[in-house]
Amino acid sequence: MIALEAIEARLATLADSAPAAGDAEEILGLGEAILEHWVRARGESPTEDRQEGSRLLALHRQGTREMPSFNACRESCRELVYHYNLLKWQPEHPDAGRRARMMALLANHLCLFVGGKLQTERLGEFCCASKPVRAQSG
Amino acid sequence: MSETKPKADKYRRVAYYPGCALEGTGHPYNRSTKAVGKALGLDLVEVENWNCCGAMEVKNIDPKVQTYLSSRVMSIAANQMRMDVVMAPCNGCYHNLKKAEHDLAHDPASAAVVDRLSTKAGHPTYQPGQVESIHALEWIKGAIGEDGLRERVKGGLKGLRIANYYGCMYTRPRNIFPEKDAGPGSESTSKPHFMDDLLAAAGAVNVEFPLKTACCGGAHTLSDSDLSTKLVLNILNAAEAAGAEIIATECPTCHSGLEMHQIRAEKRFQRKTRVKIVYFTQLLGLALGLSARQVGLHENVSESRELLAGKGLG
Repeated sequence: MIALEAIEARLATLADSAPAAGDAEEILGLGEAILEHWVRARGESPTEDRQEGSRLLALHRQGTREMPSFNACRESCRELVYHYNLLKWQPEHPDAGRRARMMALLANHLCLFVGGKLQTERLGEFCCASKPVRAQSG
Repeated sequence: MSETKPKADKYRRVAYYPGCALEGTGHPYNRSTKAVGKALGLDLVEVENWNCCGAMEVKNIDPKVQTYLSSRVMSIAANQMRMDVVMAPCNGCYHNLKKAEHDLAHDPASAAVVDRLSTKAGHPTYQPGQVESIHALEWIKGAIGEDGLRERVKGGLKGLRIANYYGCMYTRPRNIFPEKDAGPGSESTSKPHFMDDLLAAAGAVNVEFPLKTACCGGAHTLSDSDLSTKLVLNILNAAEAAGAEIIATECPTCHSGLEMHQIRAEKRFQRKTRVKIVYFTQLLGLALGLSARQVGLHENVSESRELLAGKGLG
């Protein structure tokens, strides 16, 4: 399993080096690898299922079970998948380069978020917003 | 709380809860909120003898005490000031008022603690539903709306390219914001748009910004500053990649975090970003013809005056 630090370094390289539509597959794969870290740290096996056609979204759903604060990265995951779909659908689009860069930045955000969440009291609460309410709403 | 009054009337006169941050690092937000309210003919009546909302510190130690602290603010507004609406510009305060409202309506143990502490403090216990707590975005959107704003702007924002950053607490967790995701005209928790709507009406061009609710690492600022800096740098990079000249903010904590870590990113990681960070109320004020000084641009750490003056703003 590729280490989070290595993922972060690779995403930084991609974001700084004018990525193209052809990089979408790799960036999505790195996004899935980030969430696998989270799921494994919770003692579970990463799912191979798909949610709305996406394994990344299925992994996010798995990661947020019993941990509502993990939902704080829900939009990052959804945007990552959205940008992937755009790039696969319109690889020759004039905005493809910008979209690929944005995808790398989104994945990087996910990587930093998960990395931070893993290091704070191991699997402690990262986002302190309304922790008790989130715990109740499960 | 009168539900039948249209928002345009109901939000015309509100109890104003600035919160601690707006008296310190968020002072330009305080100044510009008041200036915009005045320019729009809206009446802000500051909550008398208000207290801290409980912020993150109290909430993490004893969430029921935080519920009490927020309920006291709402109790003063409802029972002493006879107000229907409490408006908080700070995401943290707004979030905590909504959370207190939710807790009091759904958690008898919290309600019992609040009742006990209110009695001890000698003020009426806040009852859920006595006031409506709203954010500054909801206030201007409800009281004036986009059409009203278009009628009042003087010169407008001249196509300024803006990335709107809402932060994490304006929409999360979804269950304390029952009015959001409630169909046409309501705010969205997954893709908030009220700030986009208002600034577009004021003449800005909103860029596609996928990190508008992403975590800025605020909780890590002291325990792991590098992580916070990297998270903020990523937000700044994404805003620039989206073509933004300005990041508009609607929370003093987010705003300070973006400003401080923009500087730190340059010093610590030698990564310079040029995008400027400005409160949405400052931008609306400029669009309404107020001066840079009147909206407090000189108080921001992020220096945007040259950029804005170059576009004839302020």
